[in-house]
Amino acid sequence: MKAELNEQALLKGLANNDSKAIEALYKDNFNMVQSFILNNNGSYDDARDIFQEAMIALYEKAKSESFVLTSKINTYVYSICRRLWLKRLQQIGRYSNQIDSLEETVSVEEDLEIHEKRNAEFAIMDRALNSLGEPCKSLLEGYYVKKMDMQHLAKEFGYTNADNAKNQKYKCLIRLKKLFFAQYNIGE
Amino acid sequence: MEDNLLLQAIERYLDGTMLPAEKAYFEELRKNTPEIDQMVVEHSMFLHQMDLYSDQRNLKHQLHEVHTKLIERGDINEGGELNTRGRVIQLYNKYKRVTAIAASVGGVIALVISGLTVYFTPANNNQLQELRREVEVVKRNQQSQSAKLNEVDSKLPKDAILTGGGSGFLIDAKGYIITNAHVLKGSSFANVINDNHDEFKAKIIYRDEARDLAILKIEDEDYKPSKSLPYGFRKTDIDLGEEVFTLGYPRNDITYNKGDLSAKTGYNGDSTRWQLEMNANPGNSGGPVLDKNGEVIGVLSTREKHAEGVAFAIKSKNIFKMIEEIKDTDSSLEKIKLVSRSSIKGKDRADQIKEMEDCVFLVQAFNKK
Repeated sequence: MKAELNEQALLKGLANNDSKAIEALYKDNFNMVQSFILNNNGSYDDARDIFQEAMIALYEKAKSESFVLTSKINTYVYSICRRLWLKRLQQIGRYSNQIDSLEETVSVEEDLEIHEKRNAEFAIMDRALNSLGEPCKSLLEGYYVKKMDMQHLAKEFGYTNADNAKNQKYKCLIRLKKLFFAQYNIGE
Repeated sequence: MEDNLLLQAIERYLDGTMLPAEKAYFEELRKNTPEIDQMVVEHSMFLHQMDLYSDQRNLKHQLHEVHTKLIERGDINEGGELNTRGRVIQLYNKYKRVTAIAASVGGVIALVISGLTVYFTPANNNQLQELRREVEVVKRNQQSQSAKLNEVDSKLPKDAILTGGGSGFLIDAKGYIITNAHVLKGSSFANVINDNHDEFKAKIIYRDEARDLAILKIEDEDYKPSKSLPYGFRKTDIDLGEEVFTLGYPRNDITYNKGDLSAKTGYNGDSTRWQLEMNANPGNSGGPVLDKNGEVIGVLSTREKHAEGVAFAIKSKNIFKMIEEIKDTDSSLEKIKLVSRSSIKGKDRADQIKEMEDCVFLVQAFNKK
């Protein structure tokens, strides 16, 4: 019961970007995933990629309103990583049936589908942002990603006042929206 | 420019930073202008995407930092360069389970083989078998006895563990019993039981491992010493072919066995022993070997493992020698006197046995837990 509460607390912390919770989750689960990947033709970099992706999926799940913890965290993380890694192996044509699986797994197909959709959206936004060019990209990143306020941004980018910066931001935003929706609607 | 202002308005509206009047006006505008309404929805969706995007980016950044931090702290590690050492570690990780299984199988096989080797190798010591009773046998017997005898419990301390057993016989009517030292191996005290199943406490007063002899003294108020022993101890030499017999407790009841003296030395020319042509069994150890006149010629102790019906007895001379020796060291033992005259000489065997039965005991050796 205590362990369960603890896991709940960790997930709550993760959803709130609490660095202590993230650290604890990382520490508790990474080695298991790393040895799994290494045991199955993966490298250290693969292990890190896959694990971090699983953490993102867990984060999305923890944030979603319909979130319920149906298994232990490590089982969940392991299951996600296993699916992701299998997929990756399939993609590079090194898929072998003999993938090690002695640990128990839970079905994560649905969650992964959501996660993949999210990933696609992320990629579209990323591409749109990157094709904006400077200073639009940095300005928008500063405002929306780094959550800086306009005064600060104006100073950083050398605008004479915050209003000018704001105006510039909206111009950029209109361009970004165009780029984003062009891709996004194709994707739909 | 108009787009810009509109967007700004929409963003403020969605942020909730509009003043109430302005908000009411904007909502009115939204209601009446489908285009603006559409723009609000679209922008809200976009902002949501933006939020998700920034969340994910921030999280990725955080994860990356945590990763570096944990590696620095050594909580996780990536084991050096992947192409050289890493490869080996990967191979190791990949095959360690197989290796572990192979190693344990190998280990088990090695143990089994060495175990079998030890078991089947005829060690020199194993040629002779001591005729002490194995603990299980004695224990079982003890249980059956305790059913008959309520006294068993009272005569033994609660924490006594049975270590072995054999036979023994009186060498002095005052309650001195001789037996084999190996019967008492690993024990600190003993009980003796006669053929009537009367049980007496006995103290181990001397052990001579070299001669494989030991002396017990009955220290029990229930024991009533007789005036003299029916048998004597023979000092003179004995001839091959002389008929001998023994009494002992290979079972819980006193058992008679007879045979002949077949050699004047024991196993491998051991001059301290007689070789007997006699069937002796575990439990016979420590029993008296007597000649036809009822004189003790030795103490039955071992048998040859790979020959049927060959047993060895410690010559009675050794009892004399031992007692002489201990008299020097322990004056309380000066009371022990070995008689040489046998009062059952000339009687027939059944009468001889009847008279001496009470002097032969089942010895049970115990240790404290």
